[in-house]
Amino acid sequence: MTVATTVELDHRKRPPAGSGLPLEPEMHPLVQRPHTLVSVGEALGDVVFKPHPRGWWLGFLAGFALLQMLLVAIAWLFYMGVGIWGINVPVAWGFAIVNFVWWIGIGHAGTLISAILLLMHQKWRTSINRFSEAMTIFAVMCAGMFPLLHMGRPWFFYWLYPFPNVAGVYPQFRSPLTWDVFAVTTYFTVSLVFWYIGLIPDLASLRDSAPKRIQRIIYGILALGWRGSAIHWRRYEKVYLLLAGLSTPLVLSVHTVVSFDFAVSIVPLWHATIFPPFFVAGAIFSGFAMVVALAIPVRRWYHLEDFITDHHLDLCGKVMLATGMLVCYGYFSEVWMAWYGHSLYEWGTTIERLFGPYGWSYWCLIFCNLVVPQILWSRRARRSDFWLMVVSIFVLIGMWFERYVIVITLSREYIPAAWGRYAPTVWDYATMFGSLGLFLTLFFLFVRYLPMISMAEMRELLPKRQGGGGGHSIMENAP
Amino acid sequence: MNPAETSPGAGPTPAKLYGLLAEFETSEQMVEAARRAKEKGYTYLDCYSPYPVGEAADALGFPKSEMGTVMFLGGLTGAVSGFLMQYWANAYGYSLNIGSRPYFSWPSFVPVTFEMMVLTAALTGLFGLIAICGLPCYYHPLFHSERFARATRDRFFLCIEASDPRFDPVATREFLQSLQPLSVEEVPE
Repeated sequence: MTVATTVELDHRKRPPAGSGLPLEPEMHPLVQRPHTLVSVGEALGDVVFKPHPRGWWLGFLAGFALLQMLLVAIAWLFYMGVGIWGINVPVAWGFAIVNFVWWIGIGHAGTLISAILLLMHQKWRTSINRFSEAMTIFAVMCAGMFPLLHMGRPWFFYWLYPFPNVAGVYPQFRSPLTWDVFAVTTYFTVSLVFWYIGLIPDLASLRDSAPKRIQRIIYGILALGWRGSAIHWRRYEKVYLLLAGLSTPLVLSVHTVVSFDFAVSIVPLWHATIFPPFFVAGAIFSGFAMVVALAIPVRRWYHLEDFITDHHLDLCGKVMLATGMLVCYGYFSEVWMAWYGHSLYEWGTTIERLFGPYGWSYWCLIFCNLVVPQILWSRRARRSDFWLMVVSIFVLIGMWFERYVIVITLSREYIPAAWGRYAPTVWDYATMFGSLGLFLTLFFLFVRYLPMISMAEMRELLPKRQGGGGGHSIMENAP
Repeated sequence: MNPAETSPGAGPTPAKLYGLLAEFETSEQMVEAARRAKEKGYTYLDCYSPYPVGEAADALGFPKSEMGTVMFLGGLTGAVSGFLMQYWANAYGYSLNIGSRPYFSWPSFVPVTFEMMVLTAALTGLFGLIAICGLPCYYHPLFHSERFARATRDRFFLCIEASDPRFDPVATREFLQSLQPLSVEEVPE
């Protein structure tokens, strides 16, 4: 039974002529083997009713152990204050902001996949959108944690928001840091809304097929009594389409605002107009690396090769290659502008960045983000689990170093008297790897208890003769 | 209501009928059934499917969802109130001189205005969808039907409700039978 069936492209609604949207020349099978509506449910939904595969325990326990480390690190931080970290006066941002930008960047691929690829009629997103959206939510949770911890008095976090108070003090809305609060809060909330709305039909499906009463009750409560009414579906699709339309500028705005945290300052090499696009490309680059790094083990443990095919990973590899080249253009542009701009400080800081005390991190970044991803030009590498995994891990490390290189610029800026050094402490590392533990714990709990690939969307994607909607995707009949 | 027509699952007392539920194998059959029922003059009916079938909503006479308007209004409210909130906070509530910029330096207020627009539009979308669809709805007569559990998996249903002025337990059942369904079932209230 290895007959590959092709998703029929008999769209009743094709993208309007002249809209520039391609009519999908691809005829790659997006779903391997002739799945039916029932077998999709069995393969994707029943995962949550079955015992855990061994790999799940591996991932979960590793994450859970790291999470304990995070809790210890945070407890010590709350007791002692931010002095336990390596931050000092020239480098006041340190690991906290490096990790914040790294995590939030990872989240962006989830929104790109769920919203932008949806609007572009890229049907291959259906196999990976659900768990990338979950990845987004968990990554933003990890990201949001760092600025709060970095504040020193995290229990006053609500001071970031404008609320009526007797002191009559309100946030300063000319500051990108305040914009960032709103951008990240909105991003988290909208991602959660998008994810939950996508989950409702699948929760209803789980409610109707759960073997145990307690499962029927819990999934039933979460499904809100969804019945799949045609009228409800029409409203649902409209909301889904509009959320995708809102998330698209949102995801670009979030990382743009994150880059403003740097670019609106006057630090040399930060004060650059290339920062917003450069940051957004880097976010998607690292996010896709995380998607691939999660998809490869998960599809093997849960035997999802029918749905997450090599073709899907091939496409992810291409996106990584393209965004990686954009990011490298950014590196080139930074150096070029510093040299061509004839600013003493810009060029001096560039030399420090390349050959100064932290120059090793710059070359590390170039190796991980420029040299290693070139492997992806090879189609064989893009279709090999091993090579994709290798490249993804390097990209994740490389993108972390990119933010490190940017933040460490603070150590050598204008006047040599203000120069300094920065060294992270063991608590910096504990918090950083601990946040990975939080992420992995949440991700593996998600994989365990919720369908990691959308059943409703996958059913709709099946060819007509297999009972599906003939290659439709979730918002294509939403006037 | 004819007591002989009550469903066996409804218990000893003759239950009031919610409607007649016809089950179909494919979405095309369901859409065709909805179209024919509409032609017959039925107005209280709905289709149920595991994935969205746009033609079904078209056949039921619901060509366009109202959610666009709802979300637009939600987004507009958020954008306006977000902008005014910043204006008030920085020009009146707590006015600080930042680099001698005017207190009402509106270009700096654009990002937060945008974020507030997206936030409120999305939340209005979620809560509007739930509210307008009448959810959460943990009790619904259709859940009495055991077959209906497959509406979220692999079957397509058409339900003609008993509240329909043209509903007649016998004639409507005959009409539904004529559409070649897999089954026709009575759903108690």
